[in-house]
Amino acid sequence: MNELLAEYLPILIFIGLALGLAVVMVVASYLVARQRPDTEKVSSYECGFEAFDDARSKFDVRFYLVAILFIIFDLEVAFLFPWAVSLGEIGMFGFWSMMIFLGLLTIGFVYEWKKGALEWE
Amino acid sequence: MEEFLTGYALPVGIILAQILAIVVPLLVAVAYLTYAERKVIGAIQLRQGPNVVGPFGLLQPLADGAKLFFKETILPSGANRVVFLLAPVLTFSLAMVAWAVIPVNEGWAIADINVGILFLFAISSLGVYGVIMAGWASNSKYPFLGALRSAAQMVSYEVSMGFVIITVLLCVGSLNLTDIVLAQETVWFAIPLLPMFVIFFISTLAETNRAPFDLPEGESELVAGYFVEYSAMSFALFFLGEYANMILMSAMTTILFLGGWLPPLDIAPLTWIPGPIWFALKVALVLFCFLWVRATFPRYRYDQLMRLGWKVFLPFTLIWVVLTAGVLVAFDWVPK
Repeated sequence: MNELLAEYLPILIFIGLALGLAVVMVVASYLVARQRPDTEKVSSYECGFEAFDDARSKFDVRFYLVAILFIIFDLEVAFLFPWAVSLGEIGMFGFWSMMIFLGLLTIGFVYEWKKGALEWE
Repeated sequence: MEEFLTGYALPVGIILAQILAIVVPLLVAVAYLTYAERKVIGAIQLRQGPNVVGPFGLLQPLADGAKLFFKETILPSGANRVVFLLAPVLTFSLAMVAWAVIPVNEGWAIADINVGILFLFAISSLGVYGVIMAGWASNSKYPFLGALRSAAQMVSYEVSMGFVIITVLLCVGSLNLTDIVLAQETVWFAIPLLPMFVIFFISTLAETNRAPFDLPEGESELVAGYFVEYSAMSFALFFLGEYANMILMSAMTTILFLGGWLPPLDIAPLTWIPGPIWFALKVALVLFCFLWVRATFPRYRYDQLMRLGWKVFLPFTLIWVVLTAGVLVAFDWVPK
């Protein structure tokens, strides 16, 4: 086997095994237990009331905003990973390049904060 | 044929055996973590905890498992069935798969890949899909709100977790988990990076939706959050996944900050105890803190949770990354 395959094959097998185990557990339980669905039982739960309307409705835009902010900062973390590992080789130039990049992101972060994008009340 | 047997079948067989050697103890640990949780919280609240099924209630987790197994699997009429059933399977599988790279002792990881910590970070990020899929596919209001909250919370704290991991990586200079543990032979990172250790622990509480950050569940307002509509084994998979994630996060804390399988001091009686036992003890200690926190603190409000994540942890960890890198570069301590 080539080296890359030998290194990552266990993970691939693990994913297969974990998925298989999960599916087997659900299917076995479905087959073993008695299934007697009725209209009331399978209607969506709303504290005993009839469901008023569909749940696919509008929701607060701030959740969307959090997701966008997350993408920016998670990308930043993704950029930091290789930088952190190779800091010994890239020296002062690499260090200051990243500091300038982080500085620019901090300006954006301060702007968001001042605009109230992080307020929840 | 011969080549196939020795070249492929044998290694795959060994890998399968190794995987089972991790998964089976892990599932037992998950089962007894639920027991430990009830016993510890019981003791803190001066109650007995489970004590009827078996001696000291030791068979309680098995009884719970059997009960869930023989329950009816309810598929809500409004639900998107494929996604609805896929969500618990995904949650459970992801919580298991991350264990492929965890080194329990030197050279004991099933896959000792050189981007180990990146793999862990990626798998724990994918956990949010299980939550979102469950909440959306249920087509019910409580799961939907719970899933939104949970997703926003998990992504918020993941950012500061990422920065904390970066500070550790700066001190190690490698993404390999074995290297990270071996870099702590002189001193555990929990000591020089103490604030990061504390922030990492709190973030893992938020990341696994544990008290005091268990707003997605919020039983007094959202009933049970994103798994309201689930029953039987599909519910049990969420439950197992959540507890396996707790153990995983404790293992990550142990590897990053508490020196993995290394004994606390490199002296005679402590070095006689094998590495995996040290590892298990440290994981158990962190898990105990999870339970302790749950029994001690009241739940956060959602705006407080978001404020802590974005306005306290994020700037603080960002500054700490800059500080750590600055100190390492200034004193020429950067690992080569």
